[in-house]
Amino acid sequence: MNLAIRRGRVIDPANGVDRITSLFVGGGQILSIDDPPADFGIDRTLDVEGQIVIPGLVDMAVRLREPGQEYKATIASETRAAAAAGITSLCCLPDTSPAIDSPAEVELVQQRALAAGFCRVYIIGALTAGLKGQTLSEMAALKAAGCVGVSNALQPIDNLLVLRRAMEYAASQRLTVHLYPFDHALANQGCAHEGAVATRLGLPGIPAAAETAAMGQLLALIEQTGVRAHFCRLSTARAANMVTRATHDGLAVSADVCAHQLFLTEEDIGDFNSLCHTLPPLRTKQDLEGLRQGVARGSIIAICSDHQPHDIDAKQAPFPATEPGISALESLLSLMLRLVEEGVLNLPDAIERVTAGPAGVLGIAAGTLSIGSPADICIYRPDEHWSLTADKLLSHGRNTPFLGWTFTGRITHTLLGGQIVYQAP
Amino acid sequence: MSVNKSLTALSPPGPLSADIQLTADGRLHHFLTIEGLPRTLLLEILDTAKSFAGVKNQAVKKVPLLRGKTIVNLFFEASTRTRTTFELAAKRLSADVLNLNINYTATVKGESLLDTLRNLEAMYTDMFVVRHADSGAAQFIAKHVAPHVSVINAGDGRHAHPTQAMLDVFTIRRHKPDFSKLCIAIVGDIMHSRVARSQILALNTLGAGEVRVVGPKTLIPVEVERLGVRVFHDIAQGLKDVDVVMMLRLQKERMQGALLPSEHEYFQLYGLTEKRLSVAKPDVIVMHPGPINRGVEIASEVADGARSVILEQVTYGIAIRMAVMSMAIGARAER
Repeated sequence: MNLAIRRGRVIDPANGVDRITSLFVGGGQILSIDDPPADFGIDRTLDVEGQIVIPGLVDMAVRLREPGQEYKATIASETRAAAAAGITSLCCLPDTSPAIDSPAEVELVQQRALAAGFCRVYIIGALTAGLKGQTLSEMAALKAAGCVGVSNALQPIDNLLVLRRAMEYAASQRLTVHLYPFDHALANQGCAHEGAVATRLGLPGIPAAAETAAMGQLLALIEQTGVRAHFCRLSTARAANMVTRATHDGLAVSADVCAHQLFLTEEDIGDFNSLCHTLPPLRTKQDLEGLRQGVARGSIIAICSDHQPHDIDAKQAPFPATEPGISALESLLSLMLRLVEEGVLNLPDAIERVTAGPAGVLGIAAGTLSIGSPADICIYRPDEHWSLTADKLLSHGRNTPFLGWTFTGRITHTLLGGQIVYQAP
Repeated sequence: MSVNKSLTALSPPGPLSADIQLTADGRLHHFLTIEGLPRTLLLEILDTAKSFAGVKNQAVKKVPLLRGKTIVNLFFEASTRTRTTFELAAKRLSADVLNLNINYTATVKGESLLDTLRNLEAMYTDMFVVRHADSGAAQFIAKHVAPHVSVINAGDGRHAHPTQAMLDVFTIRRHKPDFSKLCIAIVGDIMHSRVARSQILALNTLGAGEVRVVGPKTLIPVEVERLGVRVFHDIAQGLKDVDVVMMLRLQKERMQGALLPSEHEYFQLYGLTEKRLSVAKPDVIVMHPGPINRGVEIASEVADGARSVILEQVTYGIAIRMAVMSMAIGARAER
């Protein structure tokens, strides 16, 4: 089907495009911008005057809960929610049950995602067998099966020698290692930032040093092994500065932050609000500002949802007994637009952090509207106000602290390979 | 004393919503934490307790205030002393009491906390007295119970133990009625202590002159200054000229967590002895929430000495719990 998307403001940060123009799509690809290709017979036209046309979003960190936790969510339910959120490529982590540590699990996820057909699903495979932190996973097999990187997610690798070997082996397979800077011993089973709020509420605290001390060790090993490394889900201003310094020193590192860390702090836990129980924890106002600065100066190249859908019971307990995580797909673009409203980023840079930025880290052909690239497109109406309510969520996880927030900017269409996979009702 | 200067520019953390604890007309419905409760209400609890403190001397130690009411002691964590005083308090108010000691590990495996609550509610109970190992458990239960049920927090994790704090300030008030002139030192494991957190809040709400916390850095939570205390790591400085010393129990497992080297060294540095006490005011009183580890946090000569009011605390604990229970159920009965 040949499709013309007319009169929208097309923003494609990777190509420096920001103008009101037309896009022409055929054979699942972007064929041309501004003028139609020769002999282009238009089957369908989307007149999107007053709307903004951007590359489909790339979300670096999503838990689909499959295999193993289908009572929380499924690949079908969450990729459908992703499409409604303008996300056309997402990356899931290996901490499923069983862990994604062999081609069998990779293929299972790929097949179910393909069958659902809402979103491209990329996979980060396990760095160690079963994520147990003891022996290496079969990284070459994982790569051959399609994994775009390896990670031990939030599972500890207690022995630094194992971590060093894992990094070396990943480097020789040319796989990016995705690392959570999180020292489990220092975290000491805490459930909130070690600060004024945890002290007031008597919650076991996770010090900022759980992140920075881990990061110091990781940076030393990255330098030693020469592995291409990506730091996942930074939560402290100091860690953001450490990434900036490491990049300046010439290390091949990148970093991301999840969107909620740019809007929420420890104070939001307030009256034991379990929806604000996250890992890494919500930190201080100064950390939030430091992370925003890291995003603005580009040392944090990607912003992700860190989507973690939960069943209702997971959050219905005293705070320390609840499971951490936020159902975050459907607020990702809205929070990005709010960063623009609040003057943290200009619009093209904000778009870049959720498109070309993460695509570059993952090394995938996504996040741009370049000629010849897959026609993965998100179109939104920038002036429409809406508020996030539980009944509007498509994700099976209703666990978001943003319920009741009013946002500006609403997605009208999501296209995956030129096909409309979501259209606003 | 260690005050982090960079923090003074920040606004203090917002108080918990008092709404859940109070009725629309400002009377006690749940008693979960001291935080957010007005001074007048704390004074009302103390005054009500004073009227109950005489009941123990009557031949028949009962008043009929809660006749026909059912109170459930819901203990998810072992306790003898607190549960017993709550039970005694309820019985002196003529309520029916049901004691449920719920093995926490069993609830983790099977029935959820909410299911347990629903089942008990269905038995038409009027009040839950709750102890739980997780901070925030009492709040959670109060948010989910039926409107006719009151919840009293008998200790949740490291968060709060408000009846203990009230019986402590009641005891202080019997000896030293003017709080504005008092200097009070809380000594020991502040980090893991729900008692200390509630004491700090109660003392500050009642306008205490100065509240100090004394202990090694491993047992003092970060930014505790923002709760309105001065921090001392040296006990000689911390006890200087104080009117009240509130000792905290030291749990033996703190040695395993690398928080302290040994009980011996702890006693050498922070154990309360007559000699240490000599820098305090001459009429200083010594308190302890019990049970006491003699020779670990306090010497027997002090615990059993003339300045100790430790056994008074136990006695007043019943009056305070009678006051809180009768106020919480009374507030509802009159609505």
